[in-house]
Amino acid sequence: MKAAAFLMPLLGLSVSAQASPLGYLAGSGHDAIEISRLIALFGGVSIAVVVLVALLLLGGLFRRREPDPAHGRPQRDEGGMAWIYVGVAATVVVLAVCMFYNLKTIAAVASPPDDAALTVEITAHQWWWQVRYQDREPQKVFYTANEIHVPVGEKVRFLLSSADVIHSFWVPKLAGKMDVIPGQTNVTWLEAEAPGVYRGECAVFCGAEHARMEFRVVAQEPKDFQAWAAHQLQPAPPPGDAEIQAGRLTFESRCAACHTLRGSSAAGFAAPDLTHLMDRSTLAAGALPNDAEHLAEWIRDPQKYKPGTNMPQVPLSEADLAAVVAYLRTAR
Amino acid sequence: MTVETFREPKLVTAEEAARREPALRRIWETPPGLAGWLSSVDHKSIGKRYLVTALIFLILGGLEAAVMRAQLSQPDMHLLSPEAYAQLFTMHGVTMIFLYAFPVLSGFSNYLWPLLLGSRDMAFPRLNAFSYWSFLAGGIALYVSFIAGRAPDNGWFNYVPYASRGFDPGVNIDAYALGMILLGLSTTVGGINFIVTLLRLRAPGMSINRVPILIWGTLTASLGNLFAVPAVTLAFVLLWFDRSWGTHFFDSSGGGQPLLWQHLFWMFGHPWVYAIVLPAMGIVSDGLPVFCRRPLVGYSAVALATVSTMVLGFGVWVHHMFATGLPVSSLSFFSSASMVIVIPSAVAVFAWLATIWTGRPRFTTAFLFFAGFVLLFVIGGVSGFMTAAVPADWQLTHTYFVVAHLHYVIIGINVFAVVGGVYFWFPKMTGRFMNETLGKWSFWVMFIGFNLGFFPMHIAGLAGMPRRIYTYPADAGWGGVNMVITLGSYLFAVGVLLFLINIVVSRFKGRAAGANPWDGGTLEWSVSSPPPPYNFALIPIVARRHPLWEEQLAEGEDRSSTNAKGFLLDHGRETLGTTPIDAEPDVILKMPEDSWMPLLLALAVSGLCTGLLLKLWFLFGIGTAVSLLAAVIWLWPRRYLSQVER
Repeated sequence: MKAAAFLMPLLGLSVSAQASPLGYLAGSGHDAIEISRLIALFGGVSIAVVVLVALLLLGGLFRRREPDPAHGRPQRDEGGMAWIYVGVAATVVVLAVCMFYNLKTIAAVASPPDDAALTVEITAHQWWWQVRYQDREPQKVFYTANEIHVPVGEKVRFLLSSADVIHSFWVPKLAGKMDVIPGQTNVTWLEAEAPGVYRGECAVFCGAEHARMEFRVVAQEPKDFQAWAAHQLQPAPPPGDAEIQAGRLTFESRCAACHTLRGSSAAGFAAPDLTHLMDRSTLAAGALPNDAEHLAEWIRDPQKYKPGTNMPQVPLSEADLAAVVAYLRTAR
Repeated sequence: MTVETFREPKLVTAEEAARREPALRRIWETPPGLAGWLSSVDHKSIGKRYLVTALIFLILGGLEAAVMRAQLSQPDMHLLSPEAYAQLFTMHGVTMIFLYAFPVLSGFSNYLWPLLLGSRDMAFPRLNAFSYWSFLAGGIALYVSFIAGRAPDNGWFNYVPYASRGFDPGVNIDAYALGMILLGLSTTVGGINFIVTLLRLRAPGMSINRVPILIWGTLTASLGNLFAVPAVTLAFVLLWFDRSWGTHFFDSSGGGQPLLWQHLFWMFGHPWVYAIVLPAMGIVSDGLPVFCRRPLVGYSAVALATVSTMVLGFGVWVHHMFATGLPVSSLSFFSSASMVIVIPSAVAVFAWLATIWTGRPRFTTAFLFFAGFVLLFVIGGVSGFMTAAVPADWQLTHTYFVVAHLHYVIIGINVFAVVGGVYFWFPKMTGRFMNETLGKWSFWVMFIGFNLGFFPMHIAGLAGMPRRIYTYPADAGWGGVNMVITLGSYLFAVGVLLFLINIVVSRFKGRAAGANPWDGGTLEWSVSSPPPPYNFALIPIVARRHPLWEEQLAEGEDRSSTNAKGFLLDHGRETLGTTPIDAEPDVILKMPEDSWMPLLLALAVSGLCTGLLLKLWFLFGIGTAVSLLAAVIWLWPRRYLSQVER
């Protein structure tokens, strides 16, 4: 009864936590599903062991005993070795089964496939993700940032490299994590089994804003994905009215050292490509929602929302700021 | 003073020893006052210093954690800046792992070893003092950087390249390197001291299979550290080269390898984990049976399990690096090796369970901590077993699941054993009992608070919460579980506070305890509480594993001799040296007097290292000169300190 009273809130907590967009026990990717089975086996064995030990411990503490012939003085060693023999033998058997299943799962999820439909290069930066879609035809290669679209039901290979320190690439609902280490290119892969938006995050401490280094994986039906990719290859539309035109000029003079926006002259490479910024749902790697109000707030004072970010506070008049926002709002 | 070359130690009776006790006291006692305190080489006072210093660091690390838990209690909190949070989690980890968890065990071992072994001090008493002072210097070096405004802020495993000067300028990482080099020195000389003490200073008859399990635990930790510490010292020296002299050991742009750091760090780091739990497991293996009124089940199996855990522990470091892109064949090997550690752990668990089941438990506070420890040991163990599975680890690693695991290991296995050990040996150290009522409160508050605060961390980890984030968005869905963690951990802190209050109150007002208040069976309980400066007026002769329980256990004919008849050595500070395996009397060891040199050498070496790291060459020069001078004075040959043949 007491145990139930203790377990119920725990269970409630677990259920609410698994509702998290980052909970991986209910996965939607090939690897995540395989791994959640392994975690279920290992977790089940673990819980069983803890419960068994707790029962043996409670039994040992409170079992009924004959009156003490030694009257509290220490007693002779009356064995007990059988506990160790039986306990260790049982442990070895369970362990062997678990080790086998472990190696089997490693084989199923570890090796990146040779027949990947798509290869995406990820370059991790403090604190955002640069995304480059590879293609055999150079004119079909394009960049984006912080939001990765993938086709459902197809294996996507990721080549991971870092521009600065160690990061870790992790989309919990789709696959396990892989560290991103300067000086080496790590390879991982994932395959989404259902359309949806899956949250990803950096998992290795990488400096002040490690906590705000999110990204999203958007899994789409293959034909939707093809359409998205085709759209990404297009430059942003030319400016319409005068304010947008003014915004573009300000952007080109004040922001182009770091940002690229195809369709303008901005071709900087130190910060996210903004060509199709409006197709993304967040700003600054998940720090803020992507709407006009937050975009203006962010440009006005990036340090306020992401202390330590490499984006400087660019002094702009209110009119210039409004124009830049108006221009960026057309980048779709 | 005439110099002896040969003397047969006298076997005398208790009456004669009693007559000589005032003389022994004069020979061994440290003079009162600050001068005596600073120059003392008595293992008991060094042990107590280690314990008190480690508990102070426990409080500091706990306060750091409390601030972090406030920041994390709700999403999008702004109590701390990201930089402040990074410094806090780094200092919390460094403090708990290097300045609390190991030193507190060194405290127990320093205090207890000679008493458990029937000796009058450690093999190298002055080295022992030096070990403490250099530990203190290392701790201060780390905290000075905190006060100077920028503490280490890259986590306790300090991965490069974030730790390189380009990303983390300032003295903070240099201070970490300095602290680690001094702590490495302290650990190494301490380890050598324990190993030689075990080989040389056991009472006659205490063959290797009669030493308590705590001795096995500390011995194993010491041997392990001798092989593990050089790796981390090397890593920090190479980092210093990179940071100060522009080398490229870890810098990929110059052909270096960031992963080299991880290998060096974890080659040290994993054995270190066993160094901070094996002696704690020894405390439980020795303490639990006293309250179960029977010897430990499976002594030999537990001793062998202790050693084999450490041996295996040298072949598993890559399980900290499963997600770094190493080849799958290598991961499979390290995965399986890590799981094999379950087997020696199972030996220990079933030995403890069998001891409780077949014994007659007495529910003292110390016993509650030891029994609670068994359950926490298993929870911390199985979560380690889960992370040993490579694919599972690709999800679990770098998340709060690992945070939960490591806290069950360090709090469950280290802190619960240590607090139980304090309740158990406090009467020996002070001559007074700790308050049992307050003690039971402290246990239940700590036990419930700990599980309430740290078990939900598993759930946060399974919900995808990464480690070392200073805040999290509300839509991540982690708010509820974090609030529970914060409240539970605060409850745990209240329990620790009750324990600390109990120490202070009982130190002055506790009920008087006799020599053997728990009716224990090992040698430390044969001397008065607190023990005299010379520990044993008569060096005991040991015939069994539990010399004080022989009559009740009635195992065979031979009987140990404690207090009735034994070797009286009173020509200056002396103790008996015995052979390594069988503990046959071998030589009379002349023990050194108190000395200022350990303190001076520790100060000078600290100056030397500080000068080197901060490029203060003047300080470096003075430090080197004084170090050499102190070492010469320390080692200056004196004939009256030469060994005496028997």
